[in-house]
Amino acid sequence: MSLLAIKDLSLSIGDTQILHDIDLTMQAGEIVAITGESGSGKSMTALAIMGLLPHGSAPKGAITLDGIDILATSEPDLCKMRGNTMGMVFQEPMTALNPVQTIGDQVAETILIHEKTSKIEAHKRAAAMLERVGLKVSPTRYPHELSGGQRQRVVIAMAIALRPKLLIADEPTTALDVTTQARILDLLRDLVREFDMGLLLITHDLAVVADVADQIVVMQQGRVVETGQTHDLFANMRHPYTKALFEASSHEVQLPVRTASAQLVYAKHIVREYPMPRQTLLGPRPQFRALDDVSFHINHGERVGLVGESGCGKSTLTRAILGLEDVQGGEITLDGAPVFTGKRPNLAVRRKMQVVFQDPYSSFNPRHRVDRLITEPFHLLKTLPTGQARADAIAKALVDVGLSPADADKYIHEFSGGQRQRIAIARALIIEPELIIFDEAVSALDVSVRAQVLDLIADLCRKRPLAYLFISHDLSVVRTVTDRVLVMQAGKIVEQGETETVFTDPQHPYTQTLIAAAPKLPTLGMAV
Amino acid sequence: MIRYVLGRLTSLIISLTIASIVIFAVIEVIPGDPAAFMLGVNARPDTIAALRAEMGLDQPLITRYLDWVTGLLRGDFGQSWTYKTPVADLISDRIWVSLPLAIYALILSTIIAFPAGIYAASRRGGAGDVTIMGATQLGVAIPNFWFAMILVLIFAINLRWFSAGGFPGWDNPFQALKSLTLPAIALALPQAAILARVMRSSLLDMLGEDFIRTARAKGLSRRQALWKHAVRNALIPVLTIIGLQFSFLLAGGIIIEQIFFLPGLGRLIFQSISARDLIVVESVVMLLVFTVIMVNFLVDLAYAAVDPRLRTKA
Repeated sequence: MSLLAIKDLSLSIGDTQILHDIDLTMQAGEIVAITGESGSGKSMTALAIMGLLPHGSAPKGAITLDGIDILATSEPDLCKMRGNTMGMVFQEPMTALNPVQTIGDQVAETILIHEKTSKIEAHKRAAAMLERVGLKVSPTRYPHELSGGQRQRVVIAMAIALRPKLLIADEPTTALDVTTQARILDLLRDLVREFDMGLLLITHDLAVVADVADQIVVMQQGRVVETGQTHDLFANMRHPYTKALFEASSHEVQLPVRTASAQLVYAKHIVREYPMPRQTLLGPRPQFRALDDVSFHINHGERVGLVGESGCGKSTLTRAILGLEDVQGGEITLDGAPVFTGKRPNLAVRRKMQVVFQDPYSSFNPRHRVDRLITEPFHLLKTLPTGQARADAIAKALVDVGLSPADADKYIHEFSGGQRQRIAIARALIIEPELIIFDEAVSALDVSVRAQVLDLIADLCRKRPLAYLFISHDLSVVRTVTDRVLVMQAGKIVEQGETETVFTDPQHPYTQTLIAAAPKLPTLGMAV
Repeated sequence: MIRYVLGRLTSLIISLTIASIVIFAVIEVIPGDPAAFMLGVNARPDTIAALRAEMGLDQPLITRYLDWVTGLLRGDFGQSWTYKTPVADLISDRIWVSLPLAIYALILSTIIAFPAGIYAASRRGGAGDVTIMGATQLGVAIPNFWFAMILVLIFAINLRWFSAGGFPGWDNPFQALKSLTLPAIALALPQAAILARVMRSSLLDMLGEDFIRTARAKGLSRRQALWKHAVRNALIPVLTIIGLQFSFLLAGGIIIEQIFFLPGLGRLIFQSISARDLIVVESVVMLLVFTVIMVNFLVDLAYAAVDPRLRTKA
């Protein structure tokens, strides 16, 4: 008997059909990955297995877990199964834990609600489980005292405390750094082996899938389009969507060849410190050095990447370059002029720089129309374009990013995530800056949309010499869209050089770790 | 934790100092010379000058401010100009009415609001939720003085369960509490309505949080997740409102005190302003400010008790 068998699962919420005839079987000890883009129904499938569908859901078909039909089970019985027969790990470790309870309490709770055991015994087992998942801190800590990776270990400990037969992990590593991701994936793999449980891994990241899964289920718009053993599926993709997904994941763009040029941005010995809370009541405030003697340059028309893990100082560096904050040491200049003068950004320099942020949903004011949104940088100019000149500039910026001039009258909610990111790029382009900072600009996008936006960036480079700083945690993206790359660790640039050279022959141990930790897609047709 | 408390204490002392300066300054700029007011329109200028000297009004501002503040610190609130008794005595009589009334009302309001808010949140969109939210809408809208009069009409005049007003003193605690009951209800219900709404929306916010989903995935029922994980997190905004409400109840009971003939602080301050008894006004206002700031301090401590994240922050 298989551990989990989903047969003809359909789901509608209100009038919307979310899932269509899903079929899936998995065995104990097997890792099955469901992959697909947002809206494909992967998470809903997981929630259906947990019996945690949102209000108003009408599932049809059968989900048989360990011989029990989930859809026919009453809520009280489902409560007994959750955490016991099946456990679940979610995407966002930062918010998945109750902030006002210690991690030990939260893990012990799983044991206490399912088993008649003493509190002391439950806490003892919780501590053992926390140790098993590789957490080296005391169970009396609160979630806010832990890093994202540590919190995800706590969530995993909670989910597996009773050794469930099935563990569902919904994008468990998406919010984590690559090196942390690699360690969490290793942990999950070990646990599957040790407990002989089934792991249903839900992820958009094909490289992760290829790395860990035994079986792959590809979903698109609520349907399973292709399924097979990982090896076979990668060797022989049948469905066009699977192929498209694979191609988009390993998408490479053709950047135009860059000609040698003069220096644009020049940063020398940048130091930025933030005061931390006092250790003693009246003692001096210790300083946290977010940027430690950072020096680099970007030439005119040069595409530079910046990689590093969260907290390494990427964002601080962005703010410093934009002149949003002063630095304690060193100087940043653009075209020879300092980016920060006195107590404020140097406007003469500021109008030569624009930035595109990560989240296309929250970086626009929803009450303004697109024309107003993308003309926001105009306030940096000495003379504001008006009338026809303004309309022309708007139309040109929109056309440049592959939208139509008519979109200027629409509101931001009328656009998809990818289109919004195009609008963000249009907003950056409209004053024809010398430098654009892409701050994780494609990280929140689905792979196919990401591929389109990367193509757009390459396309813009062909139209005119565009210099940019491309900040990303995704090494494969940085590799394809940059000429040169800076690797940052703990406020220092530990390595910099031509992108290809750094990726093929990393010199610094940290760069080597990063590159080794990044999951890789198999080369098509290689596996047979 | 100690650092958090010390930080809050420092801000408490700074707030009090600023408040005392502002109160003193505002009272100074209010038109009307208390000496001239007390002696009437026909008083001779030299009589007024003599009284001003007696009251200390001829001293420089700084001296008078320092005298007042050092007096406050020693518990010496000065002598009332109209009552001719120490202000401290006046206040201590009144505060034994106002403070119990405020606490009584706050307890009532919390007892009503918490279950109502939690119930409404747990049955979001259901009949119970709609009923409770409708009732709170009404509670917010009804002015408390009107509601007080209705209470008097029903429970004092028709049913004769309670007296319509007055306060017998604390010699008989039961009678004292009984006489405070109708005013406390009148004060509490509108506050309870607000508090219930805050409790409900705060809980609903929490129920949408990821950690509730995690709790459900562990096998907690909807109800268990609500009680074990949502309620404590939802308390933070609720505590803020409770703090604000207590201050309001203590100082803002003035109309209710008038309706029920209660000799409370509200009445004292009202009478003192009419009589230009500035020393009483100053002291009572300062006392109220002190209470408000103290309550906020306690609320801050309560935050830290509820939320471990505050304990580690500076």
